Amino acid sequence: MDLEREFERVVAADHRVEPRDWMPDGYRATLVRQIAQHAHSEIIGMQPEGNWISRAPSLRRKAILLAKVQDEAGHGLYLYAAAETLGADRAELTERLVEGRQKYSSIFNYPTPTYADVGVIGWLVDGAAICNQVPLCRTSYGPYARAMIRVCKEESFHQRQGYELLMTMMSGTRQQRAMVQDAVDRWWWPSLMMFGPPDAESSNTEQSMLWRIKRHTNDELRQRFVDMSVPQAEKLGVTLPDPDLVWNAERGHHDFGEIDWSEFWRVVKGDGPCNQQRVAHRRRAHEDGAWVRDAAAEYARKKERAA
Amino acid sequence: MTRSSWPLYEVFVRGKRGLNHVHVGSLHAPDDEMALRNARDLYTRRNEGVSIWVVKADHITASSPDEKDPFFAPSGDKVYRHPTFYSIPEDVPHL
Ligand SMILES: [Fe+2]
Ligand SMILES: [Fe+2]
Repeated sequence: MDLEREFERVVAADHRVEPRDWMPDGYRATLVRQIAQHAHSEIIGMQPEGNWISRAPSLRRKAILLAKVQDEAGHGLYLYAAAETLGADRAELTERLVEGRQKYSSIFNYPTPTYADVGVIGWLVDGAAICNQVPLCRTSYGPYARAMIRVCKEESFHQRQGYELLMTMMSGTRQQRAMVQDAVDRWWWPSLMMFGPPDAESSNTEQSMLWRIKRHTNDELRQRFVDMSVPQAEKLGVTLPDPDLVWNAERGHHDFGEIDWSEFWRVVKGDGPCNQQRVAHRRRAHEDGAWVRDAAAEYARKKERAA
Repeated sequence: MTRSSWPLYEVFVRGKRGLNHVHVGSLHAPDDEMALRNARDLYTRRNEGVSIWVVKADHITASSPDEKDPFFAPSGDKVYRHPTFYSIPEDVPHL
């Protein structure tokens, strides 16, 4: 049996590739990199919002935020588990993250100075993540697709709690409305950057589409997100900070302004407002937890010896 | 940096009474009991299950897809195990 032909047949027929199947080295490496980066993003993504758990304005909001941040931890773990089915080592992935050798989504390198940021992250950042993740529920690698199905089910709560929080603030004082607008002004462009570089400059897209890891290009998904967000912003009563944002009846889509890609690359390369803080915090949490992991492992060994 | 040596567990959840346990993913835990607790927190945060099994991954014996043809061959040529193998006139009721 020709293994490579069999792999291609499975992918072309839209069947799922499973862990013990033969697969090209490039396919495996691409997936490990993408799933690991995705997992790291979920884990690092707990920090910007975690910042507000102790200061949420009510018990209700605190419970919601805790549940949301806990979900993100869960998403990270589903994804690490998927990466492990490809032969990746969990401890090594964490090491790569805390040593800055593997990336995560740049969006989490922006700060959360006000409580309105919690709402805007839920609405726009989780919203953009949903746009990216829904097609991944049909990605060609089985464990990744299944993890994404679980993730997507949970994400809709994230986006809705954020939007609801913003609606509440928008019906509050003038100061609260200004806080929401300010947060929207800061998060809108970075949210558009979450879809990655424009298609013309995206080196991995073509091969990933052939392997059916990806199903839409970065620009297609970005357009979808813009079109979805415009009516939501109107309903909310906020202005998206883009003077060139306008409905184009001919295309049936919104046109929008030029994204500042130099900012994108600057943040990707490590020079965003919070890059160092995020990685340092993750490293500290990992190191501070070492004695717990060791003690639990030792306890398990002791019990086994006694048995 | 110390490396955790917690083993890998596979997790199976029974969604509700009357259904089989279904594989939902995996996790690391120091021992069986912690694996169960972690599985509850990770895979059933929204009442997705009424019962959980955890099994150390290296205790699972699996057939390999590479051997798919020979391994599953014994059932390949036994079409008479399927009801569609038998032709019965259309006007025979309840069959
Ligand atoms: Fe998430
Ligand atoms: Fe989320």
